[in-house]
Amino acid sequence: MEVKDANSALLSNYEVFQLLTDLKEQRKESGKNKHNSGQQNLNTITYETLKYISKTPCRHQSPEIVREFLTAMKSHKLTKAEKLQLLNHRPMTAVEIQLMVEESEERLTEEQIEALLHTVTSILPAGPEAEQKKNMDDVTMDEEDPA
Amino acid sequence: MFVLVEMVDTVRIPPWQFERKLNDSIAEELNKKLANKVVYNVGLCICLFDITKLEDAYVFPGDGASHTKVHFRYVVFHPFLDEILIGKIKGCSPEGVHVSLGFFDDILIPPESLQQPAKFDEAEQVWVWEYETEEGAHDLYMDTGEEIRFRVVDESFVDTSPTGPSSAEATSSSEELPKKEAPYTLVGSISEPGLGLLSWWTSS
Repeated sequence: MEVKDANSALLSNYEVFQLLTDLKEQRKESGKNKHNSGQQNLNTITYETLKYISKTPCRHQSPEIVREFLTAMKSHKLTKAEKLQLLNHRPMTAVEIQLMVEESEERLTEEQIEALLHTVTSILPAGPEAEQKKNMDDVTMDEEDPA
Repeated sequence: MFVLVEMVDTVRIPPWQFERKLNDSIAEELNKKLANKVVYNVGLCICLFDITKLEDAYVFPGDGASHTKVHFRYVVFHPFLDEILIGKIKGCSPEGVHVSLGFFDDILIPPESLQQPAKFDEAEQVWVWEYETEEGAHDLYMDTGEEIRFRVVDESFVDTSPTGPSSAEATSSSEELPKKEAPYTLVGSISEPGLGLLSWWTSS
């Protein structure tokens, strides 16, 4: 076996999520008679990776959202790796932006960081935990009112 | 954290699978060979992305199976240097904090890369960050099962291919099996603001 190019393209978590979900559907449709022990490794890795990605915000993305995000990012002049990290993690605080964008203090002013945060949180859908937290916040607010 | 890797390999299809479509047989064979395996200096292979080129299939004398040279692309887990990842703490030991991503387990954060000052609590076998504020020191425990954000600072590949029979005399049957080394390990760091347990940095 020969490796021609060990880094031919970067994949976003959403692309891998879609690929694995399609693969799972395809294998379910083709029937259970082909589930011999040779496919056990594929089953394991597909299950675990799908489980991991399903807990991230990437689960609710779509090709249109990703395209919209990348066009919006053009004005901020970030490297490919930085844009990929923002897409995969959906940072909500300035501290997270500083981690993902190299030398952010020198390259971005505070307003630019705020604008970047706003673009990220408005275009990319929130993850499952954020939605759960939002529901919990609504519940706790109702409880605090009588007090 | 995932990359596409272009590879070339010769795939052997046994005669009893000739009735199936060639593409399906080849995809199955490639997944059987590479899924959930580490390729040296490349990363952990996840699944086949696509087949880019199929060359002519040959049948060799003495073997009824067909051999096809396939050019394909495979999805591989290979985070780049300084990438931020989120994982779960698997456990703590004096060597550091062990983190797992579910599908990949061999991530270690050595004691020097923890938020300083940090100490190892022997009784509970857990690393603690002694966070100081004006009020005094807070002890922040790194418990198992907690989600942790870390930066990838180093990776190492170990060639685990079997060695030849030259060392057969040295290892006798009464000796224990040699320690299994992980073929691909990542070294992480959480010594920056924003890194560490997610619960440390969420603004409530």
